[in-house]
Amino acid sequence: MTKYPMAAAAVSMLALGLGLGMTPAVAAKMDVSIGMQLEPPNLDPTGGAAAAIDEVVYANVFEGLTRFGPDGAILPGLAESWEISEDGLSYTFKLREGASFHDGSAFDAEDVKFSLDRARAEDSTNAQKALFADISSVEVVDPATVKVMLAKPNGSFLFNMAWGDAVIVATESADGNAANPVGTGPFKFSEWAKGDRVELERYADYWGEAVKLDQVTFKFISDPTAAFAAMMAGDLDAFPAFPAPENLTQFEADPRFEVIIGSSEGETILAMNNKKPPLDNIKVRQAITHAIDRQAIIDGAMFGYGTPIGTHFAPHNPAYVDLTGQSAHDPEKSRALLAEAGVSDLTLALKLPPPSYARRGGEIIAAQLREVGITAEITNVEWAQWLEDVFKAKNFDLTIVSHTEPMDIGIYGRDDYYFQYGDADFKAIMADLANATDPDARTELMQAAQKKIADDAVNAYLFQLARTGVANAKLKGLWPNSPTQANDMTGVSWEE
Amino acid sequence: MRGDHSEHSFVRTAIGHPAFVTGFVLSALFVALALISFVWTPFDPTRLAISNKLQSPSPQHWLGTDHFGRDMLSMIMVGARVSIAVAFVAVGIGMIIGVPLGLYAAARRGSLIDEIIMRGNDLVFAFPSLLLAIMITAVFGPGAVNAIIAIGIFNIPVFARLARGAALSLWTRDFILAARVAGKGRTRISAEHILPNIANLLIVQGTIQFSLAILAEAALAYVGLGAQPPLPSWGRMLADAQTLISLAPHMALIPGFAIIITVLGLNLMGDGLRDLFDPKLRRGRG
Repeated sequence: MTKYPMAAAAVSMLALGLGLGMTPAVAAKMDVSIGMQLEPPNLDPTGGAAAAIDEVVYANVFEGLTRFGPDGAILPGLAESWEISEDGLSYTFKLREGASFHDGSAFDAEDVKFSLDRARAEDSTNAQKALFADISSVEVVDPATVKVMLAKPNGSFLFNMAWGDAVIVATESADGNAANPVGTGPFKFSEWAKGDRVELERYADYWGEAVKLDQVTFKFISDPTAAFAAMMAGDLDAFPAFPAPENLTQFEADPRFEVIIGSSEGETILAMNNKKPPLDNIKVRQAITHAIDRQAIIDGAMFGYGTPIGTHFAPHNPAYVDLTGQSAHDPEKSRALLAEAGVSDLTLALKLPPPSYARRGGEIIAAQLREVGITAEITNVEWAQWLEDVFKAKNFDLTIVSHTEPMDIGIYGRDDYYFQYGDADFKAIMADLANATDPDARTELMQAAQKKIADDAVNAYLFQLARTGVANAKLKGLWPNSPTQANDMTGVSWEE
Repeated sequence: MRGDHSEHSFVRTAIGHPAFVTGFVLSALFVALALISFVWTPFDPTRLAISNKLQSPSPQHWLGTDHFGRDMLSMIMVGARVSIAVAFVAVGIGMIIGVPLGLYAAARRGSLIDEIIMRGNDLVFAFPSLLLAIMITAVFGPGAVNAIIAIGIFNIPVFARLARGAALSLWTRDFILAARVAGKGRTRISAEHILPNIANLLIVQGTIQFSLAILAEAALAYVGLGAQPPLPSWGRMLADAQTLISLAPHMALIPGFAIIITVLGLNLMGDGLRDLFDPKLRRGRG
């Protein structure tokens, strides 16, 4: 599509350059420094849930059978093409020829079988084992063909295979990927200076279109003020998920920078502990949802960047239903619902993890809850403490967190998930969805699921986190949206 | 000692001491702000008005508004209350526990109990104070009360050492000997003769510790371990302003100046008091 005119232009420019006898000495910059707020705990996307892992290695170092495009579409990855049997139970993948791992070993069907079997094994440490749950067997047909058999039809199987958790690793190097990742991508790992940066360099023998950068450095800067200073000083070329939306107006005013506002998969919610009284009463939960003014939170905490949501679903998804009206800001109704529930002098513990959407949003929500007579006692916690106390021990009433995984409405079907919903009717919808392959039926089920959790007021749905990035104005090809947790550098280049 | 140091002449000397007067006025200003905040603030400091956010100082909002549209003057006033209350109680804890410990140790100089008390103080003193304060608030949870306790614990050895040192030099004096000959016990001598004679020193030290406690409270609040929202606090106002400093500098400058002025005022007052209590200096002025 639009790629071809670009390629044609590049070719003609190259020809022109050669014709004029330009020397490579004036060639454009070939390296790029990307800022990230969090450092990954390791670099193995098949062995950890941290988003930062994928943000470094997805599409750069590791590739899966399929992959996400910048718009969230599923594109061929290491599988060049595929055939799906009539009954939807068998997927035959035709693999790329000539692909190789960074250690020089060839990529073939055995690696695919190994990777998928490893991910779905009993003792697998994969963070998203559910992606592989429907696979019944993986067969090597020939070195360039793999046949995956499913136990039951799964309409989202190709989507599942595009996740960072489903990348293909080599038999020989899989165990060392945490510290020394070896994949098939266009960049190979070169150095990790812990606490500072990860460096990748171009892999000369890449099977696909050659990348336009020689070196990519991911620098980890957690402090928003330091991130702002690093961008301003030119130490960083881009910060795709800039942590301080308040600074964006200054970047916008500066011609050196381009501000990239996109959507992310981050549903930001005020999660409620559904099993802990009085939050087990739907009236109390509804009262909380009506007490909240979403726009005030978006303006106050995110400086206007964000889209209000009324359910746990990304607004840019075609199946999204706008249910914000169902839980509109209505303090009167909120007070009435509390009175109906027979609750007065309610004091709830609100635990806030470090990101500014949570800390600032929490202060705003506490003020809004105060208006209807609910006292929210704020406790600021670090991530480790949040995971331990809120996520695992479920010792909380309210918390604010952004769920950044794509299409993660399925978490509402988990019994032991931290907000403790696990409703049987919802699980039935999810089971139907997993079996449905017809696109219309799938959309209908996804919408039913969205309505179900909104009707039950499981959580208060606040807003879709905007992906607010900032980049050097001459750097082209960064993803504006984040359909998955990734900083795909394959299409990035310097202008001129 | 001269016999004519009546109240009247003390006040007159004090007024003639510029550092003391400046310090007193600055400190009194913030105490007054804190007291007024109990009955009146221009706006409710906890009420958010997002549409009014980040306004510069104006006739309506004298010190502007913060990122949630809260009135900064109101927040500074209530913040002064929090800072002063935390510092006052923390220094009070230090004095009430530290001074008797020091006096007791001095009265039994060289005994085992003296050693135990003073080495215990050394132990607390040797620990980096802010680090232990963070540890205490991490264990018992953040909040104004735990900040008070943490800062208070650090004031104990300061007063204990000061009281012991000053008392030791008094124990060798003739009037103490006279009191002992008269049959007074050690505790009674400490309370009736030693304490009144070291009170000046304690007051001067208390003023200095008060300013340090305000700084410590601001530091704890800055890292999120002081008074919790919605209660305003100067340290947290600074922390909130951090990423907005280039967009709305007044958000950082105002709480920063509030801390500087209060601490400066208390230090000047402490220095002034030391001069005023010093008999030699007073004679020179007189």
